[in-house]
Amino acid sequence: MSALTGLTGTGTLLRFALRRDRVTTPVWIAVNALMVLSMPNTLRTLYGTAAERSDLVSQLQTNAAFRALIGPLYGTSLGGLTAWRVGVYAGLLTAVTSLLVVVRHTRDEEESGRAELVVSGAVGRGASLAAALLAAGAANGVVALLVTVGLAGQGAAGALAFGLGLAATGMVFATTAAIAAQLTESARLARGLTAAVLGAAFVLRAAGDAATADGSSVWTWFSPLGWLENLRPFAAERWWVLLLFTAAVLVQAAVAYALAGRRDLGMSFLPTRPGPAVGRLGSAAGLAWRLQRGAVLGWSLGFFLAGVVFGDLAQGAADLVGDNDNARQIFERMGGRSGLTDAFLASMAGILGLVAALYVVASVLRLSSEETSGRAEPLLACQVSRLRWAAGHLTIAFGGAALLMLLAGTGLAVGYGRRAGPVLVACLVQLPAVWVIGGLALLLYGVAPRLCVPASWGVAVAVLLIGWVGPALNAPQLVLDLSPFGHLPKLPGGGMEWGPVAALLGLAAVLAGAGLAGLRRRDLTV
Amino acid sequence: MTKAITVAGLHRSFGRNRALTGLDLTVETGEVHGFLGPNGAGKSTTIRVLLGLLRADSGAARILGRDPWTDAVEVHRRIAYVPGDVTLWRNLSGGEVIDLYGRLRGGLDARRRAELVDRFELDPTKKGRTYSKGNRQKVALVAAFASDADLLILDEPTSGLDPLMEEVFQRCVAEERDRGRTVLLSSHILSEVEELCDRVSIIRDGRTVESGSLADLRHLTRTSVTAELAGPPDGLAHLPGVHDLDVQGRRIRLQVDTGQLTAVLRALSETGVRSLTSTPPTLEELFLRHYQDEAAAR
Repeated sequence: MSALTGLTGTGTLLRFALRRDRVTTPVWIAVNALMVLSMPNTLRTLYGTAAERSDLVSQLQTNAAFRALIGPLYGTSLGGLTAWRVGVYAGLLTAVTSLLVVVRHTRDEEESGRAELVVSGAVGRGASLAAALLAAGAANGVVALLVTVGLAGQGAAGALAFGLGLAATGMVFATTAAIAAQLTESARLARGLTAAVLGAAFVLRAAGDAATADGSSVWTWFSPLGWLENLRPFAAERWWVLLLFTAAVLVQAAVAYALAGRRDLGMSFLPTRPGPAVGRLGSAAGLAWRLQRGAVLGWSLGFFLAGVVFGDLAQGAADLVGDNDNARQIFERMGGRSGLTDAFLASMAGILGLVAALYVVASVLRLSSEETSGRAEPLLACQVSRLRWAAGHLTIAFGGAALLMLLAGTGLAVGYGRRAGPVLVACLVQLPAVWVIGGLALLLYGVAPRLCVPASWGVAVAVLLIGWVGPALNAPQLVLDLSPFGHLPKLPGGGMEWGPVAALLGLAAVLAGAGLAGLRRRDLTV
Repeated sequence: MTKAITVAGLHRSFGRNRALTGLDLTVETGEVHGFLGPNGAGKSTTIRVLLGLLRADSGAARILGRDPWTDAVEVHRRIAYVPGDVTLWRNLSGGEVIDLYGRLRGGLDARRRAELVDRFELDPTKKGRTYSKGNRQKVALVAAFASDADLLILDEPTSGLDPLMEEVFQRCVAEERDRGRTVLLSSHILSEVEELCDRVSIIRDGRTVESGSLADLRHLTRTSVTAELAGPPDGLAHLPGVHDLDVQGRRIRLQVDTGQLTAVLRALSETGVRSLTSTPPTLEELFLRHYQDEAAAR
């Protein structure tokens, strides 16, 4: 079979892929572009004058933890600050968008059996892979265009470099995902493998940036996210770095094609290992734990490590914002009352709480995916009541959130090295708000099973945005009050307020109870 | 004999789609009952009501003498269910799923489980995501047959099974009947139903159109007759109950209402018969007649 016929049908498959992605991918792109393009304004209010900015640079260059978290700062223009502040994270977002697109149109299709029908048509062996990579290319192209145009006011060359760098980062991980999709039989594993590579890239970059202030560490150069920094948008761009990206993309794409050409449809190079012939699982709760334990473990590790890093950062927090009134005000509005370190710790605990809300939503919605996939139906036809079945998953959702905040607090105390008690309490006090979000997701699941997935994620993202950018954007108090996190006492630093905590706990219980009542009464969806 | 399942006048709509429009179903304890109907007739909806997964809008349903919604857990202790499209957990092995279902149904006969795994030629160590459709179906079937349920509810359980496994399945159902269990078998594989079932109910558009033993139902349908006659076939077309008469010289083919068979045979023997074959109605013809009537009525 010639290479040309191997790509027969790519155009049709690409149009099909773009049509299937017409909602999800634009949402990812929009979130990414919003984050990048709103940054110059935010930074202008924070560090308006050149003096404030050079102040910031001198402090940042000396703080290894901040370099590890965000990356080194090269240019003091607004453009340079923007590329520094969001660069790594926008790169992560394009990478995640790309890996999701590629796996969705390759391994997902094969695993579900849908690909069999497609390739039985006049479709070449390499067409679905090509279409998936082109779909990722289209998404990354749009990101590059939006960023280039949107930041052009800060300097055309820097905007172009930043846009291209983001797109190139996306394509590197798109091709990594293409390889992973050949290696594994399950789409979930392919996504996990690529995400692990992405995580490793982040860690390498962080380690390298902690070690050196100018991005010259070998570790940084091992990571595509490090290349993105070393492109140095808005600070004497090094265009040749784009060649590194291009080479990586071409090599990985070639490997993916070679692998794809050497295997059967649906097969993989890493076959699934067999499991036990006899099982020990004997209860709905045991099954729920078995299904969610991997996720709980991953989140736990992440929360503990994030706590350690944030705790370490807290030691230098007062230096960082010390001379900047505006930044101090924002920190205080985000969390604390007095004492910048307290304010920093409080806002970090708040951020961890917001992320825990994402965990609790994902975990509660496991009920929904079990139901809509048809796996719940035969279970509920056994001697298992709906409440008992739900209880297994909900214990992991609500108890898991408590575990995460406990671990985050422990990590924060370890990293900070002082005042373990107050730091731990600051994290645990987030729980009532996290549980309110979980309760809301459960209510939506109980009464509106078909809407619960988008609606719950919508709530979680809204709360995240209110908590994260609401204070910086001077959002009206009415909006800030919508988030349960806005009503929590600001700890450490502020006083403990039992009233709002009790009220939120009560609200969470009412929401969860109403959700369970709804689940008991309604039809099972199929 | 007590009734394992009684359903009377069951109604259920999903929005504007009327899935069940007065369905009746009676399953006697200890019988294998065939539940027949074209796709979308309401078989699975009925089963989901019986399992307490859906609520009926109106009508009465009793399963093992209890209410399927309010007594769901007590009822489920004594039943085993196999859905038509089994989905498994991707990273659990087939053996783990069989044992999980067994324990959640209150017990599994280990010896019988091993024997069934063997007979269905199932590899219980494979992970859920690597099973083919037929093998996923086998996982659920082994779990159901190895349980000590009194009532098996099988919703198109053999979709995806090859003919050899279909045969194993049929033997298992026969064994279940011999052990005194009740089976509700929803299917549109008519040979399977004909082979296994004591009684059948045929539903269409959410209501029962026919119910009874196969012998009863056959009586209501037509036998096809092919014959070569000694003389010219006269007057056959005027006999009551004769349909689709086709005369080719002295060869005739016709369909006759089974109740009118005697009169037709008498008429044929008066002319003189050289050869004769008569085929009793198959369930398929029965089914198609109901189905085509419906299509014609549209």
